[in-house]
Amino acid sequence: MTKTMGPKGLTRRQLLSRATAAGASFVVGSGFLAARDAAWAAEIDAVAPETFATLVQMARDIYPHDKVPDENYVLAVKGYDTPDAADMVEQGIKAMNARAQEMHGQDYLDLGWERDRVDVLRSMEDDGFFQTIRGGLVTGLYNQKAVWPIFGYEGSSFEYGGYIDRGFNDINWL
Amino acid sequence: MAAPFDMNDDSIVVVIGTGAGGGVLANELAQRGISVVALEAGGRYLPEDYINDEWDSFGQLAWTDPRTTSGDWRVAKDFSGLPAWIVKAVGGTTTHWAGASIRFQPHEWKALTTYGPVEGASLLDWPIDAEEMDPWYDLAEKKLGVTRTNGWPGLPGNNNYKVFEAGAKKLGYEEVHTGRMAIMSHDDGDRIKCQQTGFCFQGCKWGAKWSAAYTDIPNGEATGNLEVRERSHVARILHNEAGRVTGVEYFDADGNLHMQKAAVVAVAGNSFESPRILLNSASSMFPGGLANSSGQVGRNYMRHLTGSVYGIFDKPVKMWRGTTMAGIVQDEARHDPSRGFVGGYELETLSLGLPFMAAFLDPGSWGREFTTALDSYENMAGMWIVGEDMPQATNRVTLSDVEDQWGLKVANVHYSDHPNDRAMRDHAYKQGMAIYDAVGATRTLPTPPYPSTHNLGTNRMSENPEDGVVNKWGQTHDIPNLFISDGSQFTTGAAENPTLTIVALAIRQADHMARELRAGNI
Repeated sequence: MTKTMGPKGLTRRQLLSRATAAGASFVVGSGFLAARDAAWAAEIDAVAPETFATLVQMARDIYPHDKVPDENYVLAVKGYDTPDAADMVEQGIKAMNARAQEMHGQDYLDLGWERDRVDVLRSMEDDGFFQTIRGGLVTGLYNQKAVWPIFGYEGSSFEYGGYIDRGFNDINWL
Repeated sequence: MAAPFDMNDDSIVVVIGTGAGGGVLANELAQRGISVVALEAGGRYLPEDYINDEWDSFGQLAWTDPRTTSGDWRVAKDFSGLPAWIVKAVGGTTTHWAGASIRFQPHEWKALTTYGPVEGASLLDWPIDAEEMDPWYDLAEKKLGVTRTNGWPGLPGNNNYKVFEAGAKKLGYEEVHTGRMAIMSHDDGDRIKCQQTGFCFQGCKWGAKWSAAYTDIPNGEATGNLEVRERSHVARILHNEAGRVTGVEYFDADGNLHMQKAAVVAVAGNSFESPRILLNSASSMFPGGLANSSGQVGRNYMRHLTGSVYGIFDKPVKMWRGTTMAGIVQDEARHDPSRGFVGGYELETLSLGLPFMAAFLDPGSWGREFTTALDSYENMAGMWIVGEDMPQATNRVTLSDVEDQWGLKVANVHYSDHPNDRAMRDHAYKQGMAIYDAVGATRTLPTPPYPSTHNLGTNRMSENPEDGVVNKWGQTHDIPNLFISDGSQFTTGAAENPTLTIVALAIRQADHMARELRAGNI
């Protein structure tokens, strides 16, 4: 996977939206997509940059965790940026934008409030495209070791000798 | 003759499967001087191989060959190809089990007599009782090293237990402790005590939890009487014109078909694979499958009603630290129809890591109702419900139209809840949530059943040959040298985690089989 992360910083959906709407100014070389605030950036190989940015927003709207940075959502869906998956993704996002236009008069990424985007997602949650993306995120997002500390989860413990001397019974508020 | 054994050696016992039933049976027979070939579909993994990572471990150990599902259970919708979370490896699901080792209550051996007929259920009394099983339970508890038996201490309570215990005691529950666990609470011989690592479900890297993979199997092999053939996938059991089984056909890892002759065949592939093998062994003499003159093979599939409750608090719990399931409330395990259902249930602590919590908390769910729960993962406590579900003739394993990698028809698993199951689960959810509310939970989550780990019934034990598949020894009613040795023998499920009972039955069966073989009776 080719992927480059920018420095961490505030991510704003509106900036992302303008970034992709602006198109070329944020597409470097053969397809280098970055949020305007440089919170994340990724080399895009197979799908259109706007499509990928919409997919990242969709991923966050399906499993929104405000403390999880965009880069983890990018990683979670980067696997769809392949020649094999590109057609499915382009078709799916196109249909989602059509639904967003129908329901709210704007493309998905241009909808400013999460509730409006969630309306669109709810209307298509039984569709194969939505289910594929949602199902993939269950492992694509939550099985990233990098997100575990955000939730407090400590992962493998055997190499540290378990918790027998590291607080297996350290609860102090009962 | 010592292992390895010849394919044409027709004096041996072939055991299919090496888990709590087959692994124990194979060792116990070997200890008694009987020659055994154990055929195991999976590979061999030992503590040094186990992985403290939920999905990686799942990929290493879980049975992921195709199965299909039907019925109104939610698993059929959310995990349609994965009705069970069980293991394909030497040692079977004893690598994955949590270790809870509790005996049936005496009345549970006599469910029909105790509960009376229940509409829509096919309740039956076991042809054995508590008195008969007591000495075998004694042996099983010694073998497994069960805490709070034989003078061994209980495990210390972890954070998840402390929350659970405090809430349960506030509610007035009295039978609350860290369980009777097949997890060492003291160092003894080859097994060291629990290091509170968590990841009990992923195989215990210390060997503190009992698993046949590193106890019974090598002990049996050390006698020279047991040969384990791993990555050997059974296709069918063969028989002669007299209606006795004569051998087992299986595929090796390279896909070559072999036939091992046998004096006796014992099937212990779990409640899906065992009936599947019998059904896939249909012949002109037995068109409905082996041992199926009653039509009972595959029927009365039980899975315990299960379900989980997670509680979220305003402060950290870190439930994943330490033993996964060392905590139990037994007050609700009694039979008390005034609660609106027959039978009872246990509440047991349980935790999942973040990756599996995301997959199992509310499968298919998305959006902030779901993600805000996960945001509080560190502040969660968890428990599991294990209750007796009703046997139903229509809950059953049949052959699917789907074929596996060997061209063999796979098991379709059909399950729908009985009204008694729903009433009991609702009661358990309410009590479980009350436990956490009593210690200040800010949110509680009644979580649906996971893919099944307690898979029971489908070749049930019965006094009358018309009511089931095997007699009180696990010997099939139809074929004297064909035995069933796993949880598929269960007549009813009781409220308790089944492994201790499967082990006790396997030791008892080995003792019986060895005597009968020597006497020339089978």
